[in-house]
Amino acid sequence: MSEKKLSANEGIKTRSIYLRGTIAEGLADLSTGSLSEDDQQLIKFHGSYQQDDRDLRADRRKHRLERAFSFMVRIRIPGGVVTPEQWIACDQIAGHYANGTIKLTTRQAFQLHGIIKSNLKRSLAGINKAALTTIAACGDVNRNVMCNPNPFLSSVHAEVLATSQAISDHLNPKTGAYHEIWLDGEKVESSEEVVEPIYGKTYLPRKFKIAVAVPPSNDIDLYANDLGFIAIVEEGKVIGYNVAVGGGMGMTHGNEATFPRIADVIGFCTPEEVVNVAEKIVLVQRDFGDRCDRKHSRFKHTIEDRGVDWVIQTINEYLGYPLQPARPFVFEDNGDRFGWVEDERGHFHYTLFVEGGRVLDTRDYPLRTGLREIAKIHDGDFRLTGNQNLIIANVSPEKRPEVEALMKQYGIAGCHEQSGLRLSSIACVALPTCGLALAESERFLPEVLNALEERIERIGLRHDAITIRMTGCPNGCGRPFISEIGLVGRGPERYNLYLGGGHAGDRMNKLFRQDVGAQEIPDVLTPILEHYARERQEGEHFGDFVIRAGYVAASTNGPGFHRDIKAEALQPVAV
Amino acid sequence: MLPEHSPFAPAQRRSLEELLAGFSPAQRFWLAGYLSAAPLTGGAEPAGAPAAAGPKLTILYGSESGNSEKLADLSAKEAKKLGFKATTRNMSDATPADLAKIENLLVIISTWGEGDPPEAATTFHKALLSEEHDLSKLRYSVCALGDTSYTRFCQTGKEVDARLETLKATRLTPRQDCDVDYEDAHRAWLDEALKAFGPVATAAPVNGNGNSVFSFAAAPTQPVWDKKNPFASEMLERVLLNGRGTAKETWHYELSLENAGLTYEPGDALGVIPANPSDVVESLLKAAKLSGSESVEVSGTSKPVAEALREDLDITALSRPVLTKLFAFSGSAQLSDLLKEGNEKQLNDYLWGRWIVDALEDFAPKGIAAADLVSILRKIPPRLYSIASSPLAHPDEVHLTIAAVRYHANGRDRKGIASTYLADHVPQGEPVSVYIHENKNFRLPASGDTPIIMVGPGTGIAPFRSFVEHRSALGHEGKSWLFFGDQRYTYDFLYQLEWQEHLASGALSRLDVAFSRDQPEKIYVQDKMRERSRDLYTWLEEGAHLYVCGDASRMAHDVHQTLIDIVVKEGGKSKEAAELYVEDLRKTKRYQRDVY
Ligand code: SRM
Ligand SMILES: Cc1cc2nc3c(=O)[nH]c(=O)nc-3n(C[C@H](O)[C@H](O)[C@H](O)COP(=O)(O)OP(=O)(O)OC[C@H]3O[C@@H](n4cnc5c(N)ncnc54)[C@H](O)[C@@H]3O)c2cc1C
Ligand SMILES: Cc1cc2nc3c(=O)[nH]c(=O)nc-3n(C[C@H](O)[C@H](O)[C@H](O)COP(=O)(O)O)c2cc1C
Ligand code: SF4
Repeated sequence: MSEKKLSANEGIKTRSIYLRGTIAEGLADLSTGSLSEDDQQLIKFHGSYQQDDRDLRADRRKHRLERAFSFMVRIRIPGGVVTPEQWIACDQIAGHYANGTIKLTTRQAFQLHGIIKSNLKRSLAGINKAALTTIAACGDVNRNVMCNPNPFLSSVHAEVLATSQAISDHLNPKTGAYHEIWLDGEKVESSEEVVEPIYGKTYLPRKFKIAVAVPPSNDIDLYANDLGFIAIVEEGKVIGYNVAVGGGMGMTHGNEATFPRIADVIGFCTPEEVVNVAEKIVLVQRDFGDRCDRKHSRFKHTIEDRGVDWVIQTINEYLGYPLQPARPFVFEDNGDRFGWVEDERGHFHYTLFVEGGRVLDTRDYPLRTGLREIAKIHDGDFRLTGNQNLIIANVSPEKRPEVEALMKQYGIAGCHEQSGLRLSSIACVALPTCGLALAESERFLPEVLNALEERIERIGLRHDAITIRMTGCPNGCGRPFISEIGLVGRGPERYNLYLGGGHAGDRMNKLFRQDVGAQEIPDVLTPILEHYARERQEGEHFGDFVIRAGYVAASTNGPGFHRDIKAEALQPVAV
Repeated sequence: MLPEHSPFAPAQRRSLEELLAGFSPAQRFWLAGYLSAAPLTGGAEPAGAPAAAGPKLTILYGSESGNSEKLADLSAKEAKKLGFKATTRNMSDATPADLAKIENLLVIISTWGEGDPPEAATTFHKALLSEEHDLSKLRYSVCALGDTSYTRFCQTGKEVDARLETLKATRLTPRQDCDVDYEDAHRAWLDEALKAFGPVATAAPVNGNGNSVFSFAAAPTQPVWDKKNPFASEMLERVLLNGRGTAKETWHYELSLENAGLTYEPGDALGVIPANPSDVVESLLKAAKLSGSESVEVSGTSKPVAEALREDLDITALSRPVLTKLFAFSGSAQLSDLLKEGNEKQLNDYLWGRWIVDALEDFAPKGIAAADLVSILRKIPPRLYSIASSPLAHPDEVHLTIAAVRYHANGRDRKGIASTYLADHVPQGEPVSVYIHENKNFRLPASGDTPIIMVGPGTGIAPFRSFVEHRSALGHEGKSWLFFGDQRYTYDFLYQLEWQEHLASGALSRLDVAFSRDQPEKIYVQDKMRERSRDLYTWLEEGAHLYVCGDASRMAHDVHQTLIDIVVKEGGKSKEAAELYVEDLRKTKRYQRDVY
């Protein structure tokens, strides 16, 4: 590997003086809405992506205008918990500077889209004013740490949340660049490595993702993360965490060297150890991850290349002691539980379904306004789920009637009276903002669901939670490769259909049909769903059924994803 | 008929008239061209040689878009031919005190804004109305330029005329108020006044040139395209400059000047003579209860009224004069009420956003005869558009940047006639009637090294595209700084790609933009100027010329104030000193405006 050429990003990081680059200068130049190539890479570390409205691309030149550039801002929220004040602040920034919507992401964060260059600084300043941050929401660092928003056992939730936040804080970049550029912090001459004791000046080879789960719920999709901690609870207390490593979704069509992978559970550590364990595992990836090929630089590749035993051994070396053996646990599903629940202290939590995670006002469903009004009177907090949904959490018994009244007024009350399929759906952003999208996703999945709902109604599957996830490309932001039905964009109006993922997100699915036309999707799925309705066994999940019924073979991990694909999967669909 | 004061002996006059009467227009035209091109040798001297004998005559003008200035020059030429020692004087270089020293004065002044004097005349105008002078020796006459579609029609001219009287000057001939087609009215006024100012040396030399009978006589051998005789220019290209998602509609038009023999300079404007859209014509015919085929007389020829309404007449702009004439036919009590002294407020409220068709519906419910209708309408006024191209960068072409005016008033969708005529009714390949409107008061610095600062929000950007292209074509090195503004960065950044190229090539040195609707608070060009006050003042101190183009109603004023504030702040001057500083910039033509 050493003689191979380092990827361009490594040079950019090295030159950037701890993520400064020429961002400040670039922001000042308003002759263009864009930043320099290098700075476009660097601002990711600051939590923002430069994008352009792809719906408009075609005709901008003829209006003598450059592309419609704008910035997406990702607000990292460890564990996905925000106060009502913070909600209101984000809502306001979304209205003033972004496109008037708030996107709840698959990693429990907010995204604001469509912020033009001249408004980027004030947006970030506003976010920080609300005691939120965007630093390291993106880039080659540890990303937002996910945590099961568990509304049932609030004492346990408090513990795991604290853990997630501790890990997040510990792994945050320490460079002063962020404050200098966005918050007018004064320039501190950056001395050597001390600036980034954990990362150093080239940070990590690639993004790094950590999640904390509380069985039996795997709603944060632990297996899709580079590093996962599974809380082991005894008598309502967290006694420690199982450690899982090497998960990831992203791959590239037609390149079998790239593949999704689910994390391996490799051991157990105590709550006291957890932050240090996280750090050491990050260091292993920092030191051994591939910095030459960005398609081969995630922790999952490091592990596939060197083997699980190597990684366990190396981690133990970095720790200076061996991890304990993993403890038994069971995940039942990776979905959310909708509606009201009461926790052991008599507080109430309402999980509402947010289609595609997009909070916005439409004429017949003013969700954004409704949530703003609720935030104004809410005495608890808000929790984002890993499925792009939202929990109005810790509602006191006194407040509940008020909250319910507002929910009624704005049509939120019945929002989870939907088909089990829709409630178990995820769609990534894709078009028009995502620069990597090959096909529609967030804007199109609802149509597919409409068509499917008529049919499942008929065949009696209305209430069955079958996970269905769509992404506009194989990067897998909606974790489509661990869903029972996965739809992954391959080109305009064309999708690969994957089946057979584990209902708890614990098994990858497999390619069932390549290149299905957008309009053909319901027809391709219906016979299989009918078959399932007829012949499923007691409690058998759809993902397991399609394997038993022989539609697809069960995927083995990593490269196994591309094996045992049936020949007809590659044939053009005949409907 | 040759007027009496024409420089001929009665006998000459008679024989000339006989001759001319026999000529066809073509023959007259040729003769005129011939005479002007080849001054007669022999007894006569070239035209315009002042006959030392005649009385001194000062022609004082106040002009914004150049009309009064042109008329002043023309008047001087005529006066000289009659032997006057005539000189023109811009009000910007004059003080009321000067008037006490002269005897014969002609004033030609226009009105702008909401009845304000032209920018260049403000100081003189203020002084004249406030200062006391004894002008009892002064004899004068005023020609006021204006537009009847404005409530305060010819306001400035009226004020000057009245004030001179109060200061004991003698009004020799009555004031002439001119509407947008001012040529004939001015001519008549001039003939009158010059006669009154006589006696004149009748022995003045002769040739046909400029003689007041032939308005076309100034023609060189190639026809001049002007207001009365516009050039049919082909629409070569039309580009909508706002991106999808915008609330604006700003067009870029490229028109052909091929074989027109028309030349222009950056800073000039293009006159466009629109045709009224058929839907507006239809609604007017309907209100007038006419079929459209009724034949009417307009400017000497008879044609169906529908055609006259479409091509010759202003059928939208409602004004007091129009209502007054309408009253003569309709006799509506309501209308007479509206026109009463003291009811100006009601009248203005009524006029706002209303068209002539509304007045017909409201006050002539029984309709109106074709001839009567035509008699209350004025000629369709040409619209001026700042030229957005450099003749060097785009030979044989002229480019415009035009905002389509569309609005809603009194429950009706309304539109600007000329701007939507171009936007909706002139596809690529179709002709547009145009002429060049020179604007000497908006010119690049003589030296290509002089820095320029350009403030042009919205369509105010137009002349600056021309400036920057021109300087770059000439390889001029002078620094240039553009302030542009509009509603939204993403959709309304007019010519963004071109500015990026000019910045890259160095043709433009600096660009600041202000977009008002991208954030909760409004940001305008003047705010960006403030932000940059230090540099801006430094540029001025380095001799930069400052240009402002675009909206007259608010922008120009706010920018002017900002400029003064900047001089106060960065120059450490008192408000008064700063005002003088800016006034001096204007006088020395380093601060020029093209606002509308
Ligand atoms: C917003 C979000 C999807 C959503 O609808 O919720 C998202 C959106 C994007 N992801 Fe993602 N990813 C999101 C979760 C994920 C996940 C799911 C997860 O982490 O649980 C994955 C799969 C897990 C993994 O990392 O393997 C994921 C794998 C990727 C990849 C592939 C990474 C790889 O190494 O294979 C890319 C492309 C890349 O990084 O080169 C990517 C890149 C992107 C970008 C930034 C496109 C880009 O790089 O220009 C997308 C922005 C689109 C837009 O317009 O907003 N995103 N992305 C999720 C934000 C999470 C967060 O708050 O941080
Ligand atoms: C020297 C000069 C240069 C110019 N340069 C340019 C240029 O480069 N680009 C450009 O676009 N324009 C320019 N203009 C303005 C242009 O000449 C016209 O005035 C403009 O295009 C409107 O003409 P129109 O025939 O479309 O509208 P008109 O038919 O003349 O109607 C305009 C009238 O409509 C009424 N009106 C308009 N909006 C409303 C409203 N919201 N509510 C109620 N009533 C309303 C007002 O009475 C207004 O006077 C320039 C003007 C001058 C004098
Ligand atoms: C923005 C603008 C405002 C005007 N305001 C008035 C006015 O209030 N009253 C008036 O009689 N004419 C008004 N006019 C018409 C001008 O006086 C008329 O066009 C005149 O011919 C200009 O002469 P100049 O080029 O010498 O300035 C206005 C013209 C423009 C473009
Ligand atoms: S999966 Fe692909 S299309 Fe969807 S958001 Fe991620 S990168 Fe964009």
